Amino acid sequence: MLSQAAIKKIEEVQKKYPTKRSAVLPSLFIAQEEQGWVTKEAMAEIAKVLAIPPTQVYESATFYTMYNKKPVGKYHVQVCANLSCSLLGAEHVINYISKKLNIKTGETSSDKKFTLSTVECLGSCDTAPMLQLNDEYHENLTEEKIDKLLDSLD
Amino acid sequence: MQEKVTCKNVEDPRQYTIEGSLKNGGYESLKKALSMTPDEVIDEMKASGIRGRGGAGFPTGLKWSFIPKISDKPKYVCCNADEGEPGTFKDRVIIEKDPHLLLEGIIIAGFAIGATAGYIYIRGEFFFGVKRLEKAIEEAYEKGFLGKNILGKGFDYDIYVHRGAGAYICGEETALIDSIEGKRGMPRIKPPFPAIAGLYNGPTIVNNVETLASVPFIVRNGGAAFGKIGPEKSPGMKIFNVSGHVEKPGSYELPMGTPLREIIYEHAGGIKGGKKLKAVIPGGASTPVLKPDEIDVKMDYDSVAAIGSMMGSGAIIVMDETSCIVKSILILARFFAHESCGKCTPCREGCTWMAKIIDDIEAGKGQDGDIDLVYDVALNIFGKTFCPLGDGASMMVRGAIDKFRDEFEHHIKNKTCLVAS
Repeated sequence: MLSQAAIKKIEEVQKKYPTKRSAVLPSLFIAQEEQGWVTKEAMAEIAKVLAIPPTQVYESATFYTMYNKKPVGKYHVQVCANLSCSLLGAEHVINYISKKLNIKTGETSSDKKFTLSTVECLGSCDTAPMLQLNDEYHENLTEEKIDKLLDSLD
Repeated sequence: MQEKVTCKNVEDPRQYTIEGSLKNGGYESLKKALSMTPDEVIDEMKASGIRGRGGAGFPTGLKWSFIPKISDKPKYVCCNADEGEPGTFKDRVIIEKDPHLLLEGIIIAGFAIGATAGYIYIRGEFFFGVKRLEKAIEEAYEKGFLGKNILGKGFDYDIYVHRGAGAYICGEETALIDSIEGKRGMPRIKPPFPAIAGLYNGPTIVNNVETLASVPFIVRNGGAAFGKIGPEKSPGMKIFNVSGHVEKPGSYELPMGTPLREIIYEHAGGIKGGKKLKAVIPGGASTPVLKPDEIDVKMDYDSVAAIGSMMGSGAIIVMDETSCIVKSILILARFFAHESCGKCTPCREGCTWMAKIIDDIEAGKGQDGDIDLVYDVALNIFGKTFCPLGDGASMMVRGAIDKFRDEFEHHIKNKTCLVAS
């Protein structure tokens, strides 16, 4: 169940748009922020608040990659694997993190602390290789930087 | 040295605040624009000769002039901040370091076409940029640059930030519009063009961040001042993004028509570690690769098109002699297969098959005839889709085969890479 606070936020965000359906994308972010991923129940609740058919929420939720359709770890490590990052060692970064966390890409650690993913270009090619940890970019990665970053998380 | 247009104040650490922006002349162009008629503003845009900085290079002033003067539906400005073309990171600089410059451009654009609101469609991963923009919008309302009766001139206008959620295709203008409407971002067939029936079916212009951030300069100095920079048919300043194997990757705002060689060897410091250059992608993932003997080309829309590639978004990806072309093209082919929205069969199936076959070639499982097969698939995507995503994938793959066929052949014959990995 979404909290009352989340529902209030969804009602608030509708004011930006002349149609209720336009609030689907921001509403899915609100649900994900609260629950870590987007459940089918949350999609149904969003549809109810927006008074639109649930399929309209579901079809957008399943189209966009930023909505997690299954639970992710407390820290979602997303490494850019596109060309500019790849030329400067993205593959090594992915293998290094995979070994360090003992999970393959697409997997979540058994303690639910980390999920490792590869993603397409994040628009940070001058600071390659880079990754996104939850909301934050971490750039010009080296083994030392990765160690420092991941070891600092609790 | 030529005065910069969009990056003039990005080094000023306080430029992102309203105080910092006002200190450097922020919103002076808005005051000037609101003392002009909307048609006069559009005329200056036309006189500037500016072409869309998102990659397609369509003349912006002409685009604005397509908006009907009278409409029974509200008109809208959409700012395309989806910045997803691999190799591109220019809009992020403006959004994070000078958000008020962008807002000023969006407000002037709204005034020129008679819009009621502007939506900034920003890619969802730019969390920091979203924060900067939302704060800047709040400050602009406080100063009376947004809202009702702006600067006492009777113009009402709002700006909203709309976050994308990880879909490259939403950089295409009609997919972007559908995405603001809450739908899957799938391109619409044109016509009708957005200028006639765009967001919520109202007349709409969709312009890239860099284009809109150029508007204050054009209004302040006049279209002619912009038009005299660089080549006559592709005038103005342009941000070039250099990434890959160079000493100083980064954003460089330079006159259009600056030779690619100068950008790579002077501004970006040359090839990393003094290695030899092997290939350059001149304008983002969709643009055909160039060989080292082609880099004397001037970077403007027409000059790069004349040698069979495109300037695109100005995203220059540099590859040195240790790079494997097959592997690099595989990364891009997978990207297009992943990002195809699935609406048009040639793109959905074609991009997937191109990635599969190139994957086989890269993995040493390629067979005789595979290169021609990929080429044939690419030809069957081109020109057969609603939007340019498939065209970009097709041109990128064919360009690589045309220029580096020997590397693909080596992979198939020897089941290994031409360069030691």
